[in-house]
Amino acid sequence: MNFINDNLLLVILFFPALAALVLLFLPADENKLFRWFALGASLVPFILSIGLWIGFDPNAAGYQFEANYPWYEALHSSLHLGVDGLSLTMVMLTTFLTPLAILASFSIKERVKAYMMLFLFLEMGMLGVFMSIDLLIFFVFWEIGLVPMYFLINQWGSANRNYASLKFMIYTMGGSLGLLLAIQMLGVLFQTYDLQEITANWSTYTSANGIMGIPVGTVKTIAFWAFVIAFAVKVPLWPFHTWLPDAHTEAPTAGSMILAGVLLKLGAYGFLRLVLPLYPDEAKYFAGALAFLATAAIVFGAFGSFGQTDFKRLVAYSSVNHMGFVVLGIAAAASAIGTPDATIALNGAILQMFNHGLSAAGMFFLVGVIYERTHTRNLEEFGGLFPLVPVYGGILIFTSMASLGLPGLNGFISEFLVVRGSLPLLPVYTAVSMLGLLMTGAYILKGIKKVLHGPLNEHWAHGEHKLTEINTREILIMAPLMVLILVIGIWPAWILDVINKAVMMLF
Amino acid sequence: MTTETLIWLIPLPPALAFFLIVLFTNKSKALSHSVGVGAAILSFLGSMVVFFRAVSVEHLGEHPFESSIPWMPTGDTWFNIGVLIDPLGAAVLFFVSITIFMIFLYSVGYHNFGQPAGDHDRKGLPPHGATVEEHGHKHVVPSVEPMYSRFFAFLGLFAFGMYTLVVSDNLLTMFVGWEIMGLCSYLLIGFWYGKPSARAAAIKAFMTTRIGDVFMLLGIGLLYSVAGTLNFREIFGNEELMHTLAVPGATLFGLSLAGLIALLLFIGTVGKSAQWPLHVWLPDAMEGPTPVSAMIHAATMVSAGVHAVIRMFPLLSLDHNTMGVVAFIGTFTAIFAATIAVAQNDIKRVLAYSTISQLGFMIAALGIGAYVAAAFHLITHAFFKALLFLGSGSVIHGMEHGVLHTGNHSVDPQDMFNMGGLRNKMPITFWTFVIGGFALSGFPLITAGFWSKDEILADAWGHGHLVVFLTLALAAFMTAFYTMRQITLTFLGEPRTKEAEHAQETPWTMTVPLMVLSIFAVGYGWVGIPEDFPVLGGLVPNWFHDFVGHTLHEVPEAVEFSWAPLLTSLGVALGGLFLGWFYYRNVNSAKEDFFQIALLKNKYYFDEAYDFVFVKPAIWLSEVFTYQWMDKGAIDGFLHIFGPTTGGIGGFIRNYIDLPVINKFIGDGSADVVQWVGRSLRPIQSGRIQQYMMLSLVVLVVIGGALLYFLLGL
Repeated sequence: MNFINDNLLLVILFFPALAALVLLFLPADENKLFRWFALGASLVPFILSIGLWIGFDPNAAGYQFEANYPWYEALHSSLHLGVDGLSLTMVMLTTFLTPLAILASFSIKERVKAYMMLFLFLEMGMLGVFMSIDLLIFFVFWEIGLVPMYFLINQWGSANRNYASLKFMIYTMGGSLGLLLAIQMLGVLFQTYDLQEITANWSTYTSANGIMGIPVGTVKTIAFWAFVIAFAVKVPLWPFHTWLPDAHTEAPTAGSMILAGVLLKLGAYGFLRLVLPLYPDEAKYFAGALAFLATAAIVFGAFGSFGQTDFKRLVAYSSVNHMGFVVLGIAAAASAIGTPDATIALNGAILQMFNHGLSAAGMFFLVGVIYERTHTRNLEEFGGLFPLVPVYGGILIFTSMASLGLPGLNGFISEFLVVRGSLPLLPVYTAVSMLGLLMTGAYILKGIKKVLHGPLNEHWAHGEHKLTEINTREILIMAPLMVLILVIGIWPAWILDVINKAVMMLF
Repeated sequence: MTTETLIWLIPLPPALAFFLIVLFTNKSKALSHSVGVGAAILSFLGSMVVFFRAVSVEHLGEHPFESSIPWMPTGDTWFNIGVLIDPLGAAVLFFVSITIFMIFLYSVGYHNFGQPAGDHDRKGLPPHGATVEEHGHKHVVPSVEPMYSRFFAFLGLFAFGMYTLVVSDNLLTMFVGWEIMGLCSYLLIGFWYGKPSARAAAIKAFMTTRIGDVFMLLGIGLLYSVAGTLNFREIFGNEELMHTLAVPGATLFGLSLAGLIALLLFIGTVGKSAQWPLHVWLPDAMEGPTPVSAMIHAATMVSAGVHAVIRMFPLLSLDHNTMGVVAFIGTFTAIFAATIAVAQNDIKRVLAYSTISQLGFMIAALGIGAYVAAAFHLITHAFFKALLFLGSGSVIHGMEHGVLHTGNHSVDPQDMFNMGGLRNKMPITFWTFVIGGFALSGFPLITAGFWSKDEILADAWGHGHLVVFLTLALAAFMTAFYTMRQITLTFLGEPRTKEAEHAQETPWTMTVPLMVLSIFAVGYGWVGIPEDFPVLGGLVPNWFHDFVGHTLHEVPEAVEFSWAPLLTSLGVALGGLFLGWFYYRNVNSAKEDFFQIALLKNKYYFDEAYDFVFVKPAIWLSEVFTYQWMDKGAIDGFLHIFGPTTGGIGGFIRNYIDLPVINKFIGDGSADVVQWVGRSLRPIQSGRIQQYMMLSLVVLVVIGGALLYFLLGL
C-alpha cells in the first residue's frame, strides 16, 4: 500500500501497460475474458486517479505527487512525473474515458487481445504526456501514443483506413519533427530536460553571442513556431485539420472516442504546458496570428461540419470547431497574460478541453451505435428513426445539445468563459467566431434532422433491417458522460475551482 | 419558509417533473400528466405566495427579495448567481405562473386524454382518430396523442426555463432560461417531427433565434467585461459605472458603451420576440400543438424577449441612438405584421402575426421610453393572447371533431373559410374568444387591452413621437379589423362546411382555462387605469404604474391626460371592429376576400428572400467552398503533393543514383571488373608447365628489377 501511495502517478501511468503485458499471456481465443480483463485493468487507474483528485490540494502551488526516477542520466533526462490542476483535470479525463471506450469496444469481434492491448498502451501514452515534467519524456510519450492509434485505425478501421491511418501518422510525426529539434536545443542549452528548470531560465535567457551564432530572439521565434506547429497539428488548428475527419471517420468507434476525447487535448495541453510558459513574449507577439487560426478553425470547422453527408464526419468536423475555442482562449490569454480577462479565458479553454472530451466522446459513441446496427453513416439513408429508438433518440438529442453549447449543459459554461475572456482582448476575432457558434447550431440540428426527425425510412422499420434500441451496455457507457455533462452545466464550481486556482498560480 | 428560499424553489418542480417523466413515468399517461400538472400547481402556488408577499412590501423597488450564492470562480472573484423579485419580477411572475398552469391543464384535454388509442396513429404524427363501436354502429372519435407523456415532460422543462428567466438576478442565468426555452420551443414546434413541415419549422425557429442569441452572448460578454458583474442591481445601482457606460461615441457607430451593449442584447430580443427582420420563424412555429403556440409563442417565451429589454431598460435608456433603433424596429414590426395578418386564412397564423405586431407595440413603447406602458401591455397581452390561442385550439379541436365525423380529411380544420357559425356549436369558446379578441382590439373601457394600448399611444403622443403615434394608431386599427374578421369568419354567419356543422364544444379541461384567462383579459386592465382619466380615473388607484414603476431608480412619471390619444384609440378600436364585421359578414370564400393580396399572403416574400440570400449561400459555403474547395481541394491537394514528391525523390534516387551509379557502376561494376579480369587471365591457365615456368621467370625478373630499382636506388 505504501508503494502505491508513494508512487501513485507511476502506478497510474504504468498499470495499463503492465496489464497489457499480462493480457499477452492469457490463453488465446477467450474474447470474453480479454474484454473484461481490459475493462477491469482500465478501471484501476480510474479509481486511483479519483484518489489523486481527492488527495490533491488545489491551493498548493506547483506540482503535486511529484516523483523523480532516473532514466537517461547521460542526457540529464529523468522520468520526472507530477500533476497540477491543469494536468490533473486531463489525467482524470483520460482515466475516465478509457474504461468507457473499452466498454464500447465490447462489440469488437476480431483479434480482441491485440485490440485491448493496444488500447491499454494508448492509455499509458496519453497519461505519460499529461504527467511528464521532463521534456524528453514528454516527447517519448507523445510519440508512443501514436503507434497504438495507428494500428487501431489501420487494423480495425473502416473502408478507407489505410489512407486515414497513414495520413494521421505522417502528419502528426511531421508536426513533431520541429518539436523534437526544439526540445533537443533546449536540452543542449541547459544540460537538462527538466521543464521547471528550463522554464525558469529560458524565458529570461539572453546571450550576447546568441545561440550557435544566431540571435536569441530569432531562435526563440523559430523554436516557438516549432512547438506551435506540432501542437497545432494535434489540436487541430486550421489549416492543419484535414487529417482529423479522415482519421475519425475511419477509426473504430472507441478509437474515435479516445481520439476526440483525449488525443486532441494533447495539443491544447502542449500549448498550455509548454508554449505559454516557455515563450510568453513570442506568444504575446503572435497572439493575433494564433487567434486568426483559431477563429478560422471555429468558423470553417462549423461550415465544414454542416457540409457533410456522413454522420461521423459531421461529428469529426465539429471537433475542429470546438477545439478552436480552446485555442482562441489560449491566444487571448497569451496576449495579456496575468490579467483577469486572461484568467477567465484560460479557465474557459481548459474547461472546454474537458467538456469537449465528454461531449465528443459521447457523440462518436452514438454515431457508432447506429453505425453498428445499420452499417451506414450516410445521413441521407436515415430519417425518422425516433419512433424506432426513442431512448437512443433522447440520448442523442441530449448529447447533441451539450455539443451545441446549450446553457444548462457543460459546453455553454466553457464557451461563455472563452468568449467573455477573449472579447475584451481580441474583440474582432471573438466577434467573427460567433459565426462559428451560429453554424454550430446549424450542423447539430442537421444531424438530428437527418437521423431522428422527418418521415420514417421504412427500410429500418421491419424485417432483418429492423433497427434495435440502444442496449444496456451502451446506455451504461452514455450514462456517466451524461451525468457529468449535466453536473458541470449546473454546478461547474467543483472542477472550475481546481482549474481556476491552477491558472492563477501558473500564469 | 423565507420568501427568498421560496423563490429559489419556484423553478424546480417543473424541472423535476421533466426528469421524472423522462426517466420513470413515461409509460403511464395518467401518471405523467399528474406529475406535470402537479408541478405546475406547485410552482403556481409558490409564485402566488411570493407575489402577494411582494405586493405587501413597501418600497419593494429599493428592497427587493434577493439572495445569491457563489457559482463559478473567475480568477480572484466568484461569479454569483441568485434570485431577485422586484416589482417587475413580481408582476411578470404573476402572469407567467397563471398562464403556465392554465396551459398545462388545457393540454390534458387538447391531447385527448381518456380517448382510445388511434387506429393508425404513429409517434411523431398528429393523432388521426380512433374507430369505436357504440350501440352497434361504428364511428370515429378523436384519439389520444401517442407521445402524450413526452409532451408534458417538454412543457415542464419549458416552464423551468421560463421561471428561471423571471427569477434571475443576473443576465447569465436569465440567458440560461432563455436558451432552455429556445430548446423546448424547438422540441415542441417539432413535436410532430414526422411531418417535414414541422421539422423544418423547428429548425427555422431555433436558427433564427440563435442569430439573435449569438449577438446577445456578445452583449453579455461585453457587459460583463466592462462592469465586472452581470447582476442587474449591481450594474444599475452603480452610478459611476452607469456614467462611464453612458459616455457618448465611445464605440462603433457613435454609440456609447451602454448603447452598444443594449443594442447587442436587443438583437437577442429581436430574435426571441420575432421582431422584424427576424420575425420569420414565429408564423411557421404554428406547426406545433396549439398549447405550445399559446404558451411559448404568445404568452411566455416571446414575451421573455420584451421582458429582457424591460429588464435592461436602465442601460438602454442611456443612449438615445439605440432607443431610436428600438423604437423604429418596434413600430415598423407593429404595422408590418398587422398588414400580413389581414391576409391570412389559417386561424393560428392570424394570431401569430398579431402576436408579432403586438410585441412590436411593446418594443416601440420601450423605444420611446414608456417603461410602465410596455410592461403593462406585456402582461395584458399575455393573458388575452394566451386566451385567443387556446380559443383557436378549441376551435380547431371542435372542427377536427367535425372532420372525423364526416371523414373528409381534405378539409383543413384551421382554415377560417371552412368555419362559420361556430357560436352555436361552441358557445364557451365563442364568448371567451370574443373577450380575447376585443381585448386585443382594445375595445374601450372594459377590456384590459384597451388600457394598456391606450397607455402606449398616450405616451407616444405625450412625448411628441408623432410618427410612432400615427403608425401605432394605424396598426391598432388594423388589429381591430383583422380580429373582427377572424371572429366573423369563424363564429358568425352560417356554417360554410359540413364539418363546421358537426363541430362540438371541447371538454372542461379546455374550457376552464379559457374562462379563467378571460377574467384576466378583462380585469387586469383595471389595475392600471390612469389617475386623471375622465370619470373612471381615481376610482381605483393606478396600482400598476405605482408598483412596477418603482422598479426603476427614478420612477417614471405618468403622462398627462390628453384627449387626442384617447379619441384615437377609441376611434381605431371601434372603427376597426365595425369595419371588420361589416365587410366580412358577407364574405363566404377566400375568392371574395379583397385582402387576399399576393404580396401580403406571401408575407412580402421574406422567406424566399432569406432563402436566397442566407440559406442557400450558407449551404454552398459549407458543402462546396469549405469542404470541396478548401479542405479537399486546396489543403488536401497540397498535402497530396507530398506523397508524389517524396515518391518522386525516392524514384529519382533509385533510378538515377542507386540503380545506375551504385548498383550498376559500383556494385555490378566491381563485379564486372573482377569478372573481366578473371576472364582475361584465363588464357594463361593453360596447364602447361613450361609456360608457367616461363611466366614465373618473367615476373621474377620484372619484380626483381623493380625492387632493385626502387629499393636499392640503382
